Amino acid sequence: MSADGSVVSIRGLSKVFGKGGVSALQGIDLDVARGEFVSLIGPSGCGKSTLLRIVGDIVEPTDGDVTVNGKSARRARLDRDYGIVFQAPVLYDWRTVAKNIALPLEMLGWDRARRGERVREMLELVELTGFERYHPWQLSGGMQQRVSIARALSFSPALLLMDEPFGALDEMTRERLNMELLEIWAGTGSTVIFVTHSISEAVFLSTRVVVMSPRPGRVAGVVHVDLPQPRTTVTREEPRFFELVTEVRELLHATGADEVEETLATEDEIA
Amino acid sequence: MAVRSALRRVVVFVLVLGGLWALWEGYKWLWERTGWTRPFRVNDLTLPHVHAILLQLGEPTSTGDDLWLYLAHSALFTAKSAVVGFAFGAVFGLVLGVVLAQFGVLRRGVMPYVVASQTIPILALAPIVVRGLGSVSIGGAPPPDWARVSVIAAYLTFFPVTVNTLRGLLSADPWALELMHSYAARGWTILWKLRMPSALPYIFTALKIAATASVVGAIIGEQTASISNGLGGAILNFNQYYVLEPANLWVTNLYAALLGIGFFLMVLLAEKLVVHRAPEHLV
Repeated sequence: MSADGSVVSIRGLSKVFGKGGVSALQGIDLDVARGEFVSLIGPSGCGKSTLLRIVGDIVEPTDGDVTVNGKSARRARLDRDYGIVFQAPVLYDWRTVAKNIALPLEMLGWDRARRGERVREMLELVELTGFERYHPWQLSGGMQQRVSIARALSFSPALLLMDEPFGALDEMTRERLNMELLEIWAGTGSTVIFVTHSISEAVFLSTRVVVMSPRPGRVAGVVHVDLPQPRTTVTREEPRFFELVTEVRELLHATGADEVEETLATEDEIA
Repeated sequence: MAVRSALRRVVVFVLVLGGLWALWEGYKWLWERTGWTRPFRVNDLTLPHVHAILLQLGEPTSTGDDLWLYLAHSALFTAKSAVVGFAFGAVFGLVLGVVLAQFGVLRRGVMPYVVASQTIPILALAPIVVRGLGSVSIGGAPPPDWARVSVIAAYLTFFPVTVNTLRGLLSADPWALELMHSYAARGWTILWKLRMPSALPYIFTALKIAATASVVGAIIGEQTASISNGLGGAILNFNQYYVLEPANLWVTNLYAALLGIGFFLMVLLAEKLVVHRAPEHLV
């Protein structure tokens, strides 16, 4: 961790795809403190996923700096500082649940006994004890995504990058996994950057919500979520929750993108 | 449940076999009865009875052995060439596929020649290779007949394995590749932990094709090099005397088919043991 306690520090970041092509991100400045849960939200084309991928050194920025724990993003990746969860579980079909979770541990050269012990802890954490010998296709979508989260957390990475991890799940599973994720976050003290297109999910989970606007992708505003911790099912019914949802929604409106209407339409159905 | 499904498979197998037999005999009966000559005249010479073919197994041959034993020896000889050819072809095909997948530059340079190798008629190439190897000396003697024939089997085997291995290795899920990237995994680790397992269903599909191709390759290799100990020799021999004993050739074909099926089943068994996939992802 760097001295000021910020895990991620982004300065003047921009990304242009192709030669003189589409500007995906422009002039992004953002700091994420240790232990924070930061959501990136915005209409499609705002570059929220691209931003996450630049932090994770999957995509190279065109300009600007990203430091993670005071190191370059590349150095941080080589030091295995990132746990990544995608929209799809991306489990290896040919590995059992236990071996999927152990995959990054094998990369780190942990011995079998140590791996086994950690896998047991992780299964307990995501409440999948007893499923270690199952293959991914034998699990439901929600269970698969929990395995994916366990895999990302198994080696205690400094930073958890989640790219719409619950986007493909039904609403009930999603809310349950939201609760589980918060418990894990509170228990492990991880720092999380979380991409979502759901306003209520962003407000419910985060300590801060970064609202982004499209073409080019920019930070339109940041909402500090001052809801008390730990969040519970009751949190979603508090007046302050609705105020914050409205605040985020208005920021999204102000971005003026056509897609916002679409995003909000689906949001209203959910809320 | 497992017993019931096994029983069902046996029943289906027997029914299909019976159906084929009925089709054969029914065709023969109808064409002989009506005297139809299209597409060809049917009699005991062009289409012997199934039971006549099977009874031929017990007839003695000019070597003194009964036909079934004589052909069993031939099949063993051919099987040796085919197995060795299959093994070398599969390993070579796999290694070539991996090399081409790992080095994109080579892929564009080498792939045309890999394809070209299969457009050369095997009938033209086989005698050159098998005879040519006969003049090579390994440890003071030329390689044995079956070893020279196995080269042809390998030649027919490697191609599908290379093409499918390449395809399979490049088919790895992009997100899974990003995941490996995030673990700072090196190329060979990615190959071993992700690309190779992703490619296994493709590789086994190729091995199934290669298993039957290796038997055909061995038979053609024997025939073009006039090696008479295998099924290829038996086919040429019985072909000459077809007018006298048509059933001999049919029985030989049956042996060749059973050999190919045996090879195929062994690959299938290996696949069941090695490949763990969602049922819908199995080829």
